[in-house]
Amino acid sequence: MQRAVREVAVAATKSRLSKPEKQAHAARDSRLTRYLALLAGLMVACGQSIAAVLPEDRADILYHRYEGGGVTIDGPSVLVRKQFGGKVSLWANYYVDMVSSASIDVVTSASSDGYTEERTETSTGFDYLYDRTTMSFSYTSSEESDYSAATFGFALSQDFFGDMTTLSMNYSQGNDEVRENIYQNGSVISSDFRGDASRQRFGVGLTQVLSKNWIMSFNLESVVDEGFLRNPYRTVRFANGDDIGRAPERYPSTRNSDAAALRSMYYLPYRAALRTELRAFADSWGVSSRNIEFRYLQPYKEGMTFELKLRYYNQSQANFYSDLFPFEDAQTFLARDKELSDFNSLNLGFGASYQFPQHWLPIFEKTSAHLFYDRIRFEYGNFRDISGTNTATFGLGNEPLYRFDANVIRLFISAWF
Amino acid sequence: MQHIKTLLCRSAVLSLLVCAAGCTSVQPWVKPYERQNLADPIMSFEPHQVSTRYINHVYEAREAARGAEGSAGGGCGCN
Repeated sequence: MQRAVREVAVAATKSRLSKPEKQAHAARDSRLTRYLALLAGLMVACGQSIAAVLPEDRADILYHRYEGGGVTIDGPSVLVRKQFGGKVSLWANYYVDMVSSASIDVVTSASSDGYTEERTETSTGFDYLYDRTTMSFSYTSSEESDYSAATFGFALSQDFFGDMTTLSMNYSQGNDEVRENIYQNGSVISSDFRGDASRQRFGVGLTQVLSKNWIMSFNLESVVDEGFLRNPYRTVRFANGDDIGRAPERYPSTRNSDAAALRSMYYLPYRAALRTELRAFADSWGVSSRNIEFRYLQPYKEGMTFELKLRYYNQSQANFYSDLFPFEDAQTFLARDKELSDFNSLNLGFGASYQFPQHWLPIFEKTSAHLFYDRIRFEYGNFRDISGTNTATFGLGNEPLYRFDANVIRLFISAWF
Repeated sequence: MQHIKTLLCRSAVLSLLVCAAGCTSVQPWVKPYERQNLADPIMSFEPHQVSTRYINHVYEAREAARGAEGSAGGGCGCN
């Protein structure tokens, strides 16, 4: 009834208008229509990227390469994701590491001049969307000649507060089997079981839209390891009179760690974005670390986007780590893994992405190509370079500190369908 | 076990804070039609999962730190 009254009143008002007034009214109607259309478009666009939605149907084929410190690792990674019924998104990932290693650990252990091996990782999972809740399950299996790992994970995320806030939780459980290969004339003659290890991860996260140009996220994650946690090949060194003695590493059978990360994404006054990340980490072995990262993303002309990255990481050493122990069995636990040493790394990165014109390949909605290059310098504060004749030249415990540069390449194409 | 309790306590505090925020009269202050910048693909924290998984693996294999990598984290299942 009220609607009918309103329509009659509007019609009567329009009929009383003069010609210029009618033209102005029509122009206003046109602007209003355009405004409403724009509004609807924006709401749809925002709904697609801010509210709870399933990831897009997409396939990625990536070539990766890491080269540094005498180690070269490269291989492919293929990730495919597809929605079913608008409620479920299935994904699968096939990943290979082809390793050729003559790292400082290997060349100074006197057990080998280098080795090659392959690690294959297959993962699969699905996301299920119900209203503003997304539930995710995943399973990952990793195989190499002396290490097997299987991990399953569960995650839950919920959007609320006008889709400005997302709360997420994740849990995963991993079970690993560690073996030691026995070599003869460069070939593996047996792979002896050394122990099992299990790993549980518990995480929570909060993502918050702070303004129309600023979004932040905060993540906490704890990891609990139990079992055989050391590398069966690595040894520690100790002073043995004028000689150097060697003994296998000895690690605790548990390790707990906590990590907290704060990330920010800010849209600059022109079309560009600045991503900032701060992360702090501490574990029960006495290691604490910090890293800070900045990424600047700049679109350029039609389809191009460039990225610059700067990342700095530093950590303190584990409380049972030493580059050189004073004598054999100097303490209960012994480690000389450079990843547990005091060290820092500086990472400079550059990326370029190109999105091809839409339907360039008719079978795909859109396609893009990406190249990312990272150069990382590692500088160790308590891990000495004992390769070659360094010990004889500089004296035991006075060898130069180890440092190396690594080059990391990610080259991939993506297709949406 | 103590570790898990600590995490659960932190999760509870975080959830309470979120619930408290939800119970107040504060309304969402960025309207859906004001989110065109946030919806720009360059504003995605991690737009390429396949690439993010790999670079996280590069860091995790060489640093003692692990955890809180964001959505694409979760462990590489390797030594």
